[in-house]
Formats: sequence, structure tokens, C-alpha cells
Amino acid sequence: MDATNSITVRTKRFFEEIGDMTYFAFRFFREVFTTPFEWKELIRQCYQMGNRSFLLVGVTGFILGLVFTLQSRPTLMEFGAESWMPSMVSISIVREIGPVIIALICAGRIGSGIGAELGSMKVTEQIDAMEVSGTNPFKYLVVTRILATTLMLPLLIIMGDAVALFGSAIVENLKGEVSYMLYFNKVFDALKFSDVVPATVKSFFFGFAIGLVGCYKGYNCSKGTVGVGEASNAAVVYSSMLLFVIDFIAVFLTDIFF
Amino acid sequence: MMQPKDSNIVLEIKNLKKSFGDNHVLNGFNLKLYEGENLVIMGKSGSGKSVMIKCLVGLMKADDGAIKIKDFDIISLGRKELDVLRTEIGFLFQGSALYDSMTVRENLEFPLRRNREKVGTNQTTEELVIEALENVGLKHAIDLMPAELSGGMQRRVALARALILKPKIMLYDEPTTGLDPITSKEIIQLMRTIQQTYKTSSLIITHDVDCARVISNRMILLVDGINYAEGTFKELSISEDPKVKAFFKS
Repeated sequence: MDATNSITVRTKRFFEEIGDMTYFAFRFFREVFTTPFEWKELIRQCYQMGNRSFLLVGVTGFILGLVFTLQSRPTLMEFGAESWMPSMVSISIVREIGPVIIALICAGRIGSGIGAELGSMKVTEQIDAMEVSGTNPFKYLVVTRILATTLMLPLLIIMGDAVALFGSAIVENLKGEVSYMLYFNKVFDALKFSDVVPATVKSFFFGFAIGLVGCYKGYNCSKGTVGVGEASNAAVVYSSMLLFVIDFIAVFLTDIFF
Repeated sequence: MMQPKDSNIVLEIKNLKKSFGDNHVLNGFNLKLYEGENLVIMGKSGSGKSVMIKCLVGLMKADDGAIKIKDFDIISLGRKELDVLRTEIGFLFQGSALYDSMTVRENLEFPLRRNREKVGTNQTTEELVIEALENVGLKHAIDLMPAELSGGMQRRVALARALILKPKIMLYDEPTTGLDPITSKEIIQLMRTIQQTYKTSSLIITHDVDCARVISNRMILLVDGINYAEGTFKELSISEDPKVKAFFKS
């Protein structure tokens, strides 16, 4: 009986949470188009998120390209298909691996940061202080952060993809004696409109999801400092899950339309 | 005690009610704050003092009752009107609530971003910030981060930030909580100086009897969500009512 009750309570809480997050997203869309716009804070957030994640994304992308090429090379060589390496690596990285891995890295780096920052502002009454001073904290803190992640994540993913391809080119150059010129010619021959556009479009949704979940968890944080930790942790877990759901939908739609 | 005129009321609360589930925190609380007075609200922890003050600035929605500031009923105001009215109210939070990602200067500039015209002087933002910091004796801390300040300094910066829009009403939520006795006295003295300089009307929530004694013109004891007793510090401190006595004994 207790187990049944516990499942009922958890299910109810899960759907309540989805409802609250949906309302939070609607509130974002309502506030994003109303004046006054917080341009200065938006630019600051874009700079913070882009600049501070630049190195992490670059290193991750580089190692991703390097390892992916090193691991795939022996298998392709068995079939005498190593000349396919640039095409295979570029399509895999640009379509799927690059966006998903970099978005997951950003969910950990940016999502948890937003959750912890807003959570700590909430429990120390800084959000209330902002409200009392005549500033709309939702607009100043939430709208700017969600917009910043939505705008910056595609740029970080494009940069990460480029660095990953560069890492792959280094391996091919050292192991297969393929010139950089030839490698990148093959890469650009292989990539099509239908590879680049859906991947770029879904990266906007990834950014939105990371910003939305981080802000939702932080903005609704309670239970003091314990709540801040929980908000930060939940921001990473929920946004990672949401990224896979979005990726599944994106792949499904790409399959239909492209 | 001489009763002030009703025409001098700057803030009025009528029959305020607020519950959280089955927990009835405010059960019909009433209050009148007159121009230029320091009204102290005392009550035990959990008696609804902070809930009342949060309802007063629209941070919480009351279940029932009316809160009137300058003839506007807070409860029925929309977001934009409420934001305008909030510029008439300074709020000192219990934990100072300074924005910890901003310097002291940025903390003080923040309320001026959208409400610069409300101050109505020819002073620049920089001059206003320096003036506010001079009033609390912390001009030298202008470029420090909140984490670099002591608890007392943080409280004084928070006070400067609350005053920068030159509000007519000041709300203090436990202004001396967490401070040592000497710093507490400094803060209380500062509150008195500010009241004289800016001619503000102040609502002070505290359970610090010393603070109440020094600063109050009038006091209300909040017990079980209602105003249980009302009067000057002297009148209440000699009361024979056991519930009132309990406050002053402690």
C-alpha cells in the first residue's frame, strides 16, 4: 500500500513539475517580447557563457576528433576504406556526435552554473531585493540567460565541430599521410545542406533547454543551501535528459523532411 | 500617548490574512503608519512578521485584506504600477541581500537603472552613489565586492542601496539580527540619523528589545497573527499582560 502511495505521489509530482516548467517556458515567451529589454545583461551573459566555455568546448572537440579517428581507423583499414575517413568523421561529428557531446558538456558547465547562481540568489533574498527595487527579476535574470544559452550554444557547437575536424585531420595527416588540404576538401565534399542545417537548428533547441532547465531549477530553489546543491544537480540531470529527447525528435523530423 | 491625525497616514493595513495550508499565519492584522514615525513590530519567530512585510511590498500575495500606500491598494495593483510604487519604499533585508556578483558601486547603481528620474536631482549617478555611501560611512568601500565586507558593512551598504531612490517609507526586516552588540548599536544609530535626514516613515520588524527601545515611537506586538498589544515602548514595557511581559523579560 505504501509503495503504491509512493508511486502515486512521485507520478503526481513529476507531472506537476512538467506543468510548472511549461508555465515557466510560456512566461519566458511572454516576457521576451515586452519592454524594457535588458540588452546589457544579455550581452554580458553571452560573453560569460561563450568566453568561459570556449576552452572547455575546444579541448573536448579536439580530443573527440582525435579519438574518434584513431578508433575508427583500424576498422576502416580492414575493409580498405580509409579514404572514407574524412567523410565518415565529418558527417558523424557535424550531424550527431558534435552537437550532443558539446551540449552535454555545456549542460554540465553552463546549466549547473545557472542553477547554482540563481538558487543562491533565491535563498539569500537577492531576487526579492531585485523585485523590490522595481526591476523585473524574471526578465533580468531568466530571460537574458535563456536567450544567451540559445544564442551561444550553436556557436560553441560550430566551433567544437571545427576543432574536432581539425583533430581528426591531424591524425589522418600523421597516420595516413593525408594532406590537410585533401582532408578538408573531402570533408566539404561530403557535407551537405541536409547535414548542416538540421544539426544547427537542433543546437538552438539544445541551448534553450539548458537555459530553461537551469533557470527553472535555480529560480524555484528552496530549502536553503541544500536546495542550491539540489538545484544545480537537477539542472544537469534534467537538461541532459531533455537533450536526448530533443535529439530523438530532431533525428525523427530530419528523417522525414530531409 | 497623543494620537496622530489620520490624514498623516502613509501606510495602512486592514484585516490582513495569510495562510500556508492549515497554518494561519496572519489572522486579520491591522496597522497604521504615520508620517515621520518609527513603528516597531515585535513578535516571536514564526509569528508572521516577515510574511506581513513581504505582503506589504507585493513579494507575497495576501489571502484577504487591504494594504494601502499613498491611496493605492497594493493587492489590486498590476506589475507596472506596483514597480512604480515600490520606488517609494526602501527595504532592508534581514541578510542584507546584496548582489554578490556586483561591486558595491554596481549594487547601488542597480535601483537607479530604470528609476533615475524618480530621484529628481541634477546629480549624476556617480554622485548619488557616493552620497549614499557617505551617509553610511562607507565611501572607501565603493569598489569592493560584498564578500570582502564584514556583516555590519554589508548591512550598511544594503541600507545605502535601500535609500538611494530617496523613499518615503523604509521597511526594516530584523535590521540587527546576526550582528554583534556594538555593530547593532551603530546600525540603530544610523537608522535614526537616516530617519532625521530623509524624513522617512519607518516600519521596523525586530525581536531585539534594545533596538525597539532606542528607535520606536510606537510599537505593535504581533501574537497569533493579530496585533495583540499596541503603545509606546514605555507603556508596553510596564504592561502586566503575561504575553506582553514575556517579550520584555527575554
